[in-house]
Amino acid sequence: MLSAQGLACLRGDRLLFKNVGFELNAGGLLYVLGENGSGKSSLLRMLCGLLTPEEGTVFWLGKKIKQDSENYLSNLSYIGHLNGLKDDLTALENLQIGARLAGNHVNDAEALASLTKIGIARCANLPVRVLSQGQKRRVALAVLWLTKAKLWILDEPFAALDVASVDVLAARLGEHMTNGGMTIITTHQDVLIHAQTTQTLRLSA
Amino acid sequence: MNAWLTVLKRDLLLAFRRRSDVATTLFFFLIVSSLFPLGIGPEPAVLSSIAPGVLWVAALLAGMISLTRLFAADFADGSLEQMLLAPQSLALLVTAKTLAHWLVCGLPVVLLAPLIGLQYALPNNALLVLVFSLLLGTPALSLIGAIGAALTLGVRGSGLLVALLVLPLYIPVLIFGAGAVAASQHGMSAQAHLSLLAACSLLALVLAPLATAAALRISVE
Repeated sequence: MLSAQGLACLRGDRLLFKNVGFELNAGGLLYVLGENGSGKSSLLRMLCGLLTPEEGTVFWLGKKIKQDSENYLSNLSYIGHLNGLKDDLTALENLQIGARLAGNHVNDAEALASLTKIGIARCANLPVRVLSQGQKRRVALAVLWLTKAKLWILDEPFAALDVASVDVLAARLGEHMTNGGMTIITTHQDVLIHAQTTQTLRLSA
Repeated sequence: MNAWLTVLKRDLLLAFRRRSDVATTLFFFLIVSSLFPLGIGPEPAVLSSIAPGVLWVAALLAGMISLTRLFAADFADGSLEQMLLAPQSLALLVTAKTLAHWLVCGLPVVLLAPLIGLQYALPNNALLVLVFSLLLGTPALSLIGAIGAALTLGVRGSGLLVALLVLPLYIPVLIFGAGAVAASQHGMSAQAHLSLLAACSLLALVLAPLATAAALRISVE
């Protein structure tokens, strides 16, 4: 499904990694590990097409992701280390706008249901500005209960979450993989996620 | 189309929640264009002869000071990344953002212009042409400005840089816009100038979103 060959990343004149490749199939989970600054986030952004690789190619269903980008992007859900939330909009508005941009039309009830799943429904009508870091993260992650995307690319999704939310999210990720979805994730936390196949990719210069 | 409307509504809602930002643009236009009569003196003949240029330059600068906000906030909070990853043409989404910018910063200036024109002793027909010329020309300002805003994203001191990049590109719009008002003051038809202004806006509508989208992709890397 998703595969990468010979990826190399150059930031400034520093080579972060080279010759990175993997193949991820339905139901697969890929952990990207590495120290701070080893290029984990850059790799994830490369896989999304936000960053052009110095060398190498990313393929989705055997085609280069730039060739058939509309199809690829409609199958992709990316949550970076920035939450992508507008401070002046409420949690509910943020969630609905995010989902609509990704091509899913969701009504109030559906959006509220996903906020309930991640335990933040009581903040639904508060502007995101007044929420804590962890709460903001949860609003951003709530989109995972709405998206129909097959491939999830998550950059440190567990950061700033409390223990209960970590379990809820891990369960949701497990469910996604059981349904034949794929997830690529970076994390420093030891979280058990059930997947049909689990791979690890360690980045080092 | 769905995503296009979502972006347009989102930006208008955000502008509504941050009304002070909108007011800044309007007051800037109001104050800059009021300074000239105060500085130059109340001679109606002088005032009405400088009016087209002064009002157009004021409108141009007012539109420009709000440009840096066009993408900067979305860039900082990561929502720009999400827009780039939407399965729609980025250029199309850019037109929605630019339209929102024009509705919030351009249209109020157009509507306020006749009121300001009165302090410059502009005759009625010239006031009408002023409004028309701004209506046709300001969309081009927003569209061209978006390219500059996208190019300077994440650069330190981007406000000044946007001005340096964008102001030279505004020159044709300024010439035709001020020319239209001046022509009508001298009893000539403003039609040629207005047609050229509309042409500028149409050309910008076709080309600028593509350039802006390309600039955004580079800036986000």
